[in-house]
Amino acid sequence: MKRVLKRLLSMIPVLLGVMLLIFIMLRIIPGDPVSILLGEHYSQDTIDRLTKAMNLDKPLMQQFFSYVLGVLHGDLGVSYIMKRPVTDIILQAFPHTVKLAVMAALFAWVIGLLTGIVAAVTQNRPPDRIFMTLSLAGVSVPIFMVALALQYFLAFKVKLFPLTSDGSLKSMILPAIALGWNSAGSIARMTRSSLIEVMQSDYIDTARAKGLRRGAVIFGHALKNAMLPVITMMALQLSSMMSGAVITESVFSIPGIGRLATDAVQNRDMPLLQGTILFTTVIVILGNLLADFLYAVLDPRIRREA
Amino acid sequence: MSKENVLEIRDLHSSFFTDSGVVRAVNGVDLVIPQGKIIGLVGESGCGKSMTAKSVMGLLRYPGRIESGSIRFMDKELVGLPDKELRKLCGNEMSMIFQEPMTSLNPVLRVGRQVEEAILVHGKAEKRAEAKKLVLDMFEHVGIPEGEKRYSCYPHELSGGLRQRVMIAMAMVCRPRLLIADEPTTALDVTIEAQILQLMQKECRESGMSILLITHNLGVVAEICDFVYVMYAGRIVESGSVCEIFDHPAHPYTRGLLHSMPVIGGDQEYLYAIPGAVPNLLRLGAGCAFCGRCEKAQDRCREEMPELKAVGEDHFSRCFLHETEG
Repeated sequence: MKRVLKRLLSMIPVLLGVMLLIFIMLRIIPGDPVSILLGEHYSQDTIDRLTKAMNLDKPLMQQFFSYVLGVLHGDLGVSYIMKRPVTDIILQAFPHTVKLAVMAALFAWVIGLLTGIVAAVTQNRPPDRIFMTLSLAGVSVPIFMVALALQYFLAFKVKLFPLTSDGSLKSMILPAIALGWNSAGSIARMTRSSLIEVMQSDYIDTARAKGLRRGAVIFGHALKNAMLPVITMMALQLSSMMSGAVITESVFSIPGIGRLATDAVQNRDMPLLQGTILFTTVIVILGNLLADFLYAVLDPRIRREA
Repeated sequence: MSKENVLEIRDLHSSFFTDSGVVRAVNGVDLVIPQGKIIGLVGESGCGKSMTAKSVMGLLRYPGRIESGSIRFMDKELVGLPDKELRKLCGNEMSMIFQEPMTSLNPVLRVGRQVEEAILVHGKAEKRAEAKKLVLDMFEHVGIPEGEKRYSCYPHELSGGLRQRVMIAMAMVCRPRLLIADEPTTALDVTIEAQILQLMQKECRESGMSILLITHNLGVVAEICDFVYVMYAGRIVESGSVCEIFDHPAHPYTRGLLHSMPVIGGDQEYLYAIPGAVPNLLRLGAGCAFCGRCEKAQDRCREEMPELKAVGEDHFSRCFLHETEG
């Protein structure tokens, strides 16, 4: 418990640093939110008034601190374009991203682990060769290619699935496959190499010398050890999916966090952009935390204090 | 086969079939283990000792396999025995302990469970509670204090000596007829080594179990073995009772091994080492494998493989020297 608390506390400086970085970067990049908001042909007077109303005339330090103060109260500001609190917008978009991420992760885990295990136990024989060639395609074909191909063949030509997402589970299947594709490939490859390595260990000889069946050796003794590095990767992948899948969400028009971020960049909607980046940072940090704790649960050598 | 022999290995050939050629790691080994005896198998690293043991236990991994020969355990022929039948024997009638107690226990499973598994897989107990009791009895028997506490420990929480005791408990828990110990004390310090050896000797005396002790430590052999086989480059080069081997070593290799043991209080200034290294098993000539390192090698040694010949009572050596000397 002490370790959890310690890790949570160590998030604070990271978050402050991230906030500062986003804040500075958004002020450096070209494009003035006021003129974007107003368009052309407005008097200097209107521009000044709006600048003042948006608090953009204050010194940078003051702007930053009032922002941090707001964040501490759960207030991420108001979107320039949508004229609504950023917190609300993000919380509204997040469930879509979560649904997509969880489905994609499930797809990646099931496919990745199964093919990885089969490949490892049939090392250098046909099933292994086939799965590893496929997984190479998995890790190397870019997401947008997979997404467009799925959309074209399965939604447009065969009409098995809707073209874009309407929020239903069925409409999420293609996006989930597209997003999980790369992860499935890397999980399969990592599971295979990790399991093959573990099978060379001395304790596998011990297990075999005990008279255990091959299945009991693989599932009872090898797999738990082989999963250690894979679990870490899976948790990190999940957190990166949770923080918004920009490409997948755009291709399938899913109103998730990734879409929010791209829209915010296009519109110079600074509060919204700051909010989404901060939010995804928290998600990624929590994902790392989760990976560490899963690791400790599986590996007694890391579990010092319980 | 004689009733008193637990294991009889005859002309065993085990090889690795690698891309660069066939490595004949075990090249015609004959070895007999009588009941209740401790038999030493001695040699340098890479001479085929472990490979012989793994052949018996069916633990050879691809690309290694038994090519020919016979391994008779009790009244069963193990070469060609279906996996399923062999598994019934492994960990039950015969078991094995390994060199590194650090790496030969599964790091993510509790040690008690790992020992228990051996009981359950061979049906020695119906329920887990029953099996646990057997484990705790065994822990006490092999000198693991506070067994109940150790039962739920993970391997990294135990010292090297305790880990090796756990390994012994695992190997002994089904009361095997034969225990193969592959360098069981190499990774331990000397005081622990003595304790572990004593424990194995005790088991042997009390239960009539036989032990095949694989080691490169002649001191260990002198201490607890009854009979010794000396192995070199996949072949037995000398065999005999411990007294015979230590008092009248016949083969130049055995003499070299004995000569390279440090003597406490001795006045030798340098420690003797056999010159050269174990030959590449891929490029073995027709002659004696040791001739390249042998001080007394003759032309004949390079062309012809000497046979194992009796040089004393129950004492055999594979060398031409004995013909000229004797």
